[in-house]
This record gives sequence, structure tokens and C-alpha cells, in this order.
Amino acid sequence: MAGMFWKRSGGVKVPHRKLSEARAIEQAPIPSQVTIPMGQHLGAPAKPLVKKGDEVKAGQLIAEPGGFISANIHSTISGKVKNIITMMNVVTSRPMEAIIIESDGEDQHVTMDPMPNWREQTNETILARIKDAGIVGMGGATFPTHVKLSPPPGKSIDTIILNGCECEPYITSDHRTMLEHGKAIVDGLQIMMKLLDCDNVHIAIEKNKPDAISKMKELVDKAGMKTVHITEMPTVYPMGAEKTLVKNLLDREVPMGGLPLDVGVVVQNISTVKAIHDAVLEGRALIGRVLTVTGSVNEPRNLMVRFGTSTEELVQHCGGIVGDADEVIFGGPMMGISQYSLEAPVIKGTNCILVKKADDSQERDCFRCASCINACPMGLMPTMYVQLVKKKRYEECADLYHVDNCVECGSCTFSCPAKIPLVQYIKVAKAELRKMRAKK
Amino acid sequence: MSEEQEQERKWVVSPGPHIKGPKSIDKVMMLVIIALLPATAAGVYYFGAYVLFVLGVSILTALVTEMLIKRLRKRPFHMDGSAILTGLLLALILPPRIPLWTVVIGSAFAIAIAKEAFGGLGHNIFNPALAGRAFLATSFTGLMTRWVMPVDSMTADAVTCATPLSESFAGEINSELYREMLLGNIGGSIGETSALLLIAGGLFLVAIKIVNWRIPFIYIGTVFLLAFAIGEDPVFHILAGGLMLGAFFMATDYVTAPLTNTGKAVFAAGCGVLTVSIRLYGGMPEGVAFSILIMNAFTPLIDGHFIPTPLGYKKPEKEDKKEEKKPEPKKEEEKKEDKKPEPKKEDKKPEPKEEEKNPEEKKEDKKGEDNIEANKPEKEEPEQKESIKEGSK
Repeated sequence: MAGMFWKRSGGVKVPHRKLSEARAIEQAPIPSQVTIPMGQHLGAPAKPLVKKGDEVKAGQLIAEPGGFISANIHSTISGKVKNIITMMNVVTSRPMEAIIIESDGEDQHVTMDPMPNWREQTNETILARIKDAGIVGMGGATFPTHVKLSPPPGKSIDTIILNGCECEPYITSDHRTMLEHGKAIVDGLQIMMKLLDCDNVHIAIEKNKPDAISKMKELVDKAGMKTVHITEMPTVYPMGAEKTLVKNLLDREVPMGGLPLDVGVVVQNISTVKAIHDAVLEGRALIGRVLTVTGSVNEPRNLMVRFGTSTEELVQHCGGIVGDADEVIFGGPMMGISQYSLEAPVIKGTNCILVKKADDSQERDCFRCASCINACPMGLMPTMYVQLVKKKRYEECADLYHVDNCVECGSCTFSCPAKIPLVQYIKVAKAELRKMRAKK
Repeated sequence: MSEEQEQERKWVVSPGPHIKGPKSIDKVMMLVIIALLPATAAGVYYFGAYVLFVLGVSILTALVTEMLIKRLRKRPFHMDGSAILTGLLLALILPPRIPLWTVVIGSAFAIAIAKEAFGGLGHNIFNPALAGRAFLATSFTGLMTRWVMPVDSMTADAVTCATPLSESFAGEINSELYREMLLGNIGGSIGETSALLLIAGGLFLVAIKIVNWRIPFIYIGTVFLLAFAIGEDPVFHILAGGLMLGAFFMATDYVTAPLTNTGKAVFAAGCGVLTVSIRLYGGMPEGVAFSILIMNAFTPLIDGHFIPTPLGYKKPEKEDKKEEKKPEPKKEEEKKEDKKPEPKKEDKKPEPKEEEKNPEEKKEDKKGEDNIEANKPEKEEPEQKESIKEGSK
């Protein structure tokens, strides 16, 4: 009982602003040229398999994994390789290779053999297919899915969580995917259940999507899956963050520096599950995704987009920019990443393109209101990092205040009345600590 | 390709989050001021128009002082309302007939010394308004203890009287007195007489989550229980003096209270214990101001000890500790030292400092008080700290 009184709830109430909630998913026009980066996933960048002048088709493998944690990359249109350039990674801002493909206007596809009889296939075959299709986590973290679905020996999975929380403001791509591709999600889930040999499933959806909740309930009932629970989650940011979700849903704490795997859980994003369905049952490689174009655009929309499409093209397709918006963000407003130009190509983890007026609040001195401490879903003291980073006492950030546990969800900065960019200080602390640890 | 297009718009690249919440320093200060208005109005109603001058002079002095000091320090002045709040709070804890020149000195001291000398809002150790009052109380003791009975608003002549607290030892407490104390029809500082309006304002702040409920509730609860345990009238003690004002508006000052919930609980319990101790055993009739100031001084220590446990934290530290030290003999020492301080307290009752931490406190908040206690003996610190950490987890 004492715990009830002292437990910090964590998280913040963010505005929903789901502008495109009611818009059905539309097919974006096939671009005349795509720029396909080699770094679309967590881990090692992929290695190009094609060279300038090669003819490729949509769905054809053009780059192979560059390491164990890496993923295949496929051409997303048919045409000719125009060039292989070095560009800036849209997520990490580090240089990386990218393949530019010019469309031949025919949009010819190559597909793999569908596996309607996947239940009889071995797990290895299915995992190989998921790997071949180049599937990565599409919630934003882009962790290669075949790695996630093959837990190391000795770790048993007792619960699968499908993450349909979509707690970031503005984004509606997962919401629409659940409404329109619910059947594919249920099929993809069955494949996952076989792979992980786990029956206990929670489909976690935030309460602000009642239509998605009832839709998924209906589909699960129809499929007769008694061990699949549709769980309504409170609408609190960052409910969709893996560790927060595991804590709130199962009351299990993922150990610091660990993965949900360590507590017997696999969390998978809704769109990723759909991609598994596409790859296994339809033989389609991951060459596109549903993304939300929203914010200060004339017509906020949910679009089915091929990877490598430039932001410019999609923004124009949504009627162009309104007003004096001066920031383009890949992802939601909380954790999304500002882009340097409209040339930035859509990649596997891009669930949203948000155009907005940049926030221009001025930083003031901390007046110790403890908002950040109450907002932190990881139970940290964000304000301490500001003081310590200013004094360059980075070790204390890690040793005393566990900065490594921070998931950079931005709840602290959002809640700060003094408008202190706490996440930035945390990033500085982490970067400095990385440097110091590298030296050792 | 699109270089021309790019030149049309300049893109801002900023780190996330790209949206900020609606809360701001200015708004927080404004809401606290609003919450204080009913009690302020009651002060004017009960003690007459002169109070308006006290309020005005206090707030104006605070503002002007802050502007001047900011200019001297070459720092930007923000009209964030914190100076207004300090001025207002100071006025509310002054006697109704205080000469205006005293108010100027108190208000200037609060801002210049207690707040700005430490670095301004967010950096001060002591609550500025309380520091200002403490300064006046020690410098002009006579003026600061001249209490008057409430008057019809416009009459100038006021009858000098004692506050219920200074009278209380003579006794005679009845329900009539409770009612008067709730409404504010008693002698006392300008803003602290009407417990009811202060509670209303305070609960408003708790409801909109500007004030963390733990501080006022635990503070008042501690006073209630302690008074009850000692055999005093607990209702009288929580209604009397500046407790409501102190618990809801002074002890909850963000800057000078601890950061974490547990820290706040310890802080509030400490305030409660000190308040009752000063009231009953100290030289002054009222102890709220000094108890909060004393606990303010402990805030950095409390903050250092009560670091919340992060999600997924698996206590590797304990093992580390065992490894670092040669485990067994030292462990025993720790245990012994844990036990030592307690009997000591009971032995040395006569000393005023020790008296504050009489056995009664154990009923209230064992952990917390022990910790505060533990910070005091300097030599024992290293071992003590660790035992506390383990205890608190």
C-alpha cells in the first residue's frame, strides 16, 4: 500500500493532435527516383550488391547485411541504378552510402514464393524468409526482426506484446494499419507465436483508439485465438516505449541495460507484424510502409510509401506546407529527428513526417520543481544531469544517477516549466561517458 | 537538385522533443499568488487598510531590489513573478501594524541576501520570505511581536493583544476559539489568521498539482500527532499560528524543498517535529518559520540521500560494497553504530537540540528522522550513509 502512495506514475499527458486519424491509407505515387540509404536499421550498415548502371526491379535485393545485427535492403522501384553516393544518415547524421535508382516507369516487381503452408515449415525457414525480406522493427528503433525473433538459447519467451500504443502525438500510421490491415496483423501474429513457441499474447492499444481496439477484438475472436488479449492502455506518453509498456502491462521491470527478452517478453510493433505477414504469406520484401504526413501541411494523410521517396515529394502530395512552418521532423514531435533538407529519403523506421513551426522557448534556470522527476518513466532524476553536465561531472551522472537508463523519450523536457532541454544535457552526458569509456 | 527550393525556407534543426508542455515558471508563480489572494483579502478585512500599505511596500521593494541586483550582477531580469510572490509571502507573515520602514528592510533582505546573493531563483538555500522574516524577528524583536486584534476595516486604532499561541499555555480552548481560528478572527500575522482560506488556497494548488501533497499533509499530520502524543490539544496546534501558511505555501517552495517524494516526506516530518519542539520547548511562541528554515538547510543532504530507484534497477551496489570492504567485521560495526544514536538521544534530554528529536518522533517517521539525525555527527558519516541507503531502499 505504501507503494501506491509513493510510486511515481511517470510519463506526461501530451496533446494528441491525431490530424490524420480518419483518413484511410492511400497509395503515394511511385517516385521517379529513390535514394535508398544503406543505414536503415540498427546495427551495421548494409553492403551494396549493385553498381552504377545495373537494372533492378522492385523487391530485388540490392544490399546485404553488413554484420549479425543488420538487414537486407531491396530496391523499392524498378529502373536503373543511377549512382551510389555518400549522404548523411537521416537518423544519426553520420555519413553512409546510399543507392540512387531512377525509375523506368514500369514498376515491375520480383517476389519470393509465398508460404501458405508456413505452419508446416521449420522455424529456420520462416526466420530465413523474414531475414531475406529485410524486416526491421518499424516503430522507430529499427532493430532487425529476425534477430529479435530468434532469442538466444536459454532464454524462454512467455509473453508476446504487440505494440499498438502509438503514444506520440500526430502519428496515426499504426492506428490506420490496425483498422485496415487487421487481418494481416493477426496472421503475422500467428507466425510469431509459432516462431517463439508462445501462446500468451497481449495486443496493447491506447484508450484513445477505441475503433482499433474493437476491430482487433473482433478479428481475434473470429480467428478463435483465446490466448490473445486486447489490452487497453492508459493514454500516457511514453506508453509505447518498450520498457514502459512491459512495466505497465505485466508489472515486470526490464533490467537496466537489458532487453524485454531478459524478462521473457518480446515486444513487436504492429506494422512490423504486418510486414512479417507480407513476407511469409505473400512473399513480398519490405519495400514500403505506411507513414503519416502531418502537421502544417494542407492535407494531413496516411500514405503507403516506397522507401527512398524524398520528403519533398510527399509533402507536395499532401498539398504543400502551410504557414511559416520551419521544421521537418522524421517521427513524432517527442522523439522525432529534425531533417536538414526536404531531400531526406523515407527509410524503414520513418513512421511520420511532421512539418511544424520550431519551438522557440528560452531556457531558464531550474527552480527545482521536480516536474522532470515525476515525468520520468524510467525513475531517474533528469534535473541532476543538468547540474552535473554544467560542471562536467559526467561520472556521477552514470554512477549515482544512472544516466544510461535514460531512453530519451523527452518527457522531462516536455514537462519542464523552465524550458530546459534536459534531453540534450543527457545526450551530452552519454556522449562524454562513451568517450571516457572508450579510453579505458 | 532542389537547392533553389531549399533557399525559400530555412529549416530549423533542433533536438527533440519538438513540443513543450504548457507549464512555465511564470504560470506556476501566478497560480501560487492567486491561491494566496483569499487569505490576503482576509488579512486586509481583519486588520484594516494599513495592511494594504504593508503588502504594497513589501512587493514593490522586492521587485525593485530584484531589478537592481540583476543589473548589478549583469544578469537578465525576468518578470517571472517570483519577486512578487516573495514580497507577498513576506507581508503575510508580518504583524499587521509593522512600521513600513521595517517592511522595506525585510523585503530587501529577503531578495538581496537570501535570494540573489545565492544566485537568484533556483539557487537559494533558504526560503527568501522566511529568511526576511527571521532577519526582522532577530533585528527588531519588539516590533515583530506587537500583535493586534482584528479591527473593523477602517478604524485605525487597534488593540494590542497576544496571539492564541502565546496565550495557549494559559489554556481555555473551546469550540468557539476553533471557529475564530478557522475564520481568522484572531490576533496574528497578516495572512496567517484564517486557516480556512489558507487550506482552500493550498488544496487548490494540490489539486492542480503545483504543490506536492506530501509536504503539507505530512507536515500538518506530524504536528497533529506529536501534539496529541505530548498531551497538547492537536486541533489547536494545527490551526494556530502560521502552520497552514507555512505547510502549504512556504515548506512547499520548490527551490528550498527536496526534489524526490521520499525526500519531501522526510523534510515535512522534520518541519513538523521542529515546529512542535520550538512551540513547546523553545523561547518563541511560534516555530513554523524557523523549523522550515532549519529544514531548508538540510535539503541538499536529503537530496543526496534519497535518489529514486530507477526502473529495472537490480541493486548491484550492495554486492559492490561487500566486495570493497572486507565484509564481515565492518558489517557488524555498521550495525552497532546504527543502534548507538538512538539511546544517545534519550540520554541527553536536557540539551535543546537533542530534545527536538525526542522519542515521540519515532511514531511519525522513523526512517526519515534517523537520516536527518545521521547527517549531524560528522565523524560517523561514511558508515552512516551506507546504512541509510540500505535502509531507505
